[in-house]
Amino acid sequence: MLPRSARLELIAAAFALRPTEIFPVNDFLHSHGWQALSLQGFGPLLLQGTWMTLKLALLSLALSLALGLFGASAKLSRLKLLRVPATLYTTLIRSVPDLVLILLIFYTLQLWLNDLTELLGWDYFEIDPFTAGVVTLGFIYGAYFTENFRGAILSVPAGQLEAATAYGLSKVQRFRLVLFPQLMRFALPGLGNNWLVLLKSTALVSIIGLADLVKAAQNAGKTTNNTLYFLIIAGLVYLLITTLSNRLFKHLERRYNTGIKGLAR
Amino acid sequence: MTTTVHALSTGELTHNSRPSPRIAAVSADATIKLSVADLHKRYGEHEVLKGVSLQARKGDVISLIGASGSGKSTMLRCINFLEQPDAGVITLDNQSIEMRQGRAGTRAPHPAQLHNLRTRLAMVFQHFNLWSHMTVLENICMAPRRVLGVSSQEAEARARKYLDKVGLPARAADQYPAFLSGGQQQRVAIARALAMEPEIILFDEPTSALDPELVGEVLKVIQTLAEEGRTMLMVTHEMGFARQVSSQVLFLHQGRVEEQGSAEILDQPQSERLQQFLSNRLK
Repeated sequence: MLPRSARLELIAAAFALRPTEIFPVNDFLHSHGWQALSLQGFGPLLLQGTWMTLKLALLSLALSLALGLFGASAKLSRLKLLRVPATLYTTLIRSVPDLVLILLIFYTLQLWLNDLTELLGWDYFEIDPFTAGVVTLGFIYGAYFTENFRGAILSVPAGQLEAATAYGLSKVQRFRLVLFPQLMRFALPGLGNNWLVLLKSTALVSIIGLADLVKAAQNAGKTTNNTLYFLIIAGLVYLLITTLSNRLFKHLERRYNTGIKGLAR
Repeated sequence: MTTTVHALSTGELTHNSRPSPRIAAVSADATIKLSVADLHKRYGEHEVLKGVSLQARKGDVISLIGASGSGKSTMLRCINFLEQPDAGVITLDNQSIEMRQGRAGTRAPHPAQLHNLRTRLAMVFQHFNLWSHMTVLENICMAPRRVLGVSSQEAEARARKYLDKVGLPARAADQYPAFLSGGQQQRVAIARALAMEPEIILFDEPTSALDPELVGEVLKVIQTLAEEGRTMLMVTHEMGFARQVSSQVLFLHQGRVEEQGSAEILDQPQSERLQQFLSNRLK
C-alpha cells in the first residue's frame, strides 16, 4: 500500500486528468474495418461522460455518508431539537421521487442564493451544475444513509459501548474506536445497495445540464443514428462500475467482519 | 471533607428518604476506600434502589447477593455511573463525586471527577463485553493506552503479564474473543480490568453467563485476586464462593439492604428474607 500522502496525490491527479489525453480518437475496431461495432470517434466523449458520472457519484457518496452519520446520530439523540428535524428530513426526502427533488433543489437553491446575494449586496453568483448535482444527490441519499446508519447503530450490542464508557473512553473515542468499526458490519450491506442506487441516479442529473455517461451516449447515438448501440455501451459501463464496486464492498465486509465467528474467512 | 458525606446525602434526597435500619451512620474514617451512601434509583414509577449504602475498606471483598430484581446489579452500576443514581453520594478516598444539574434537569456527575473515578474502578461484566472487533491484546491495551496514556510497549507488557496471571497462554493474545470459550473470554475481561491497575474492581455477575463447567476457572482467578488483597465488589449468585472469599456480604431485597455482615450471615442468617432466599437456593 502506498503511503497516505502519495495515495491522496494520485487521487487528486486522477480528478485533474482529461480523458482525451489517455484515449485515442480512433479506436482499434475503427481502424480494423469493424466500423459498425466501433465507437466511431465517440470514445473520448463516452469516457468523459463516464468520468463525470463517477466523479458525481463519488462526491455525492462522500457528502451523503457524512449527512447519513450525522442524521443517524441526530435521530437517535435524546434531544428533541435534533430528533425532529432529522425525522422530517428522512421522511420528506424518502417520500418524494428523486427527479422531483432534483428539479426542486436545483432551481430553489439558485433562487435562495440569488436572494441571499441580493440581501448581502454581493454580486450575482451562479451555481455550476456540477456542484448543484453533487449537493442535490448528496442531500437526497443522505436521507437513505441516515436510515441505513440508524439501523446499524441500533444493531451494535449495548454492552460494547457500556464497556467503553466504564473504562473511561471519551465520547469521540467511543465512536471512533468502538461504535464505528462495529456499526460498519451492519451498515455495509445496506450501504452497498444504496451506493448502487445512487450511482444510477446520477443519470437523472443530465436534465440539469451535466454531460454524464447517459448524456454522452445519447449524443453519440443521435449523431451516428445508432442510439440503441450507444445505450447498450453505456449500460455495460454501468455494469462494469457496479461489478467492481461490489467486489470492493465484499472486501470491506470481510475486513469489518474480522472477529465474528462464522463470518471471518 | 468526610463529615460532609452524610449531610450531603440526606440533603440531596428528594423522596422516600427512610434509611435502611441496618446501616450504621457514616463516620469520618480514613481507612474507608469507597463509600456509597443512601443511593436511590428509579425507572419511571418503579423505584429500584430505595436508599442503599456500603463502605469498603482497602482489601475488602464485598459480595452483593439477592434475588433477581433486588437491585444489586443496579447498585453496582450506579457506583461507576453506568446508571445515573437519582440521589446518593459516591465517595472514593474521601472525595465525594460532585453532582451537578445536567441537561433536561437530570443530575449528572462532575465530568472530570467522573472520568477520574472510572479510571480507578475497573469493571467486569456478566456478558464479558469484550470488544469483538479487536484481538485479545488490543482489548487489553485499549483503555491503558487511550485513557491512561501509557506507551504502547508498556500497555503490551501489562497485557502479557495479566494474560499470564489469569492463566491464558501467550498465543491467546492474537485471537479474537469470539473464538475463545466463555471462561477464557471472562478471564480476558479480568485481564483487561487488571491492566488498568485499578484500585477497585467491580464484578457484575461474572459467572452467570458461563456454562457450569467453566465457572470454576473464573472463580479461581477471582479468588487469587482476593487473596492478593485487592478491593473488590462483586454481584454474584455463587453462594459458596461468596462465603469463601467475602469479607462483607450485603443481602439486597426490593431495593434495600435487608441484611449485612461478614460471610457468616450466609450460615446464620438473621432476617427471615435471607433465610428464605438461602433455603430456596439450596433446593
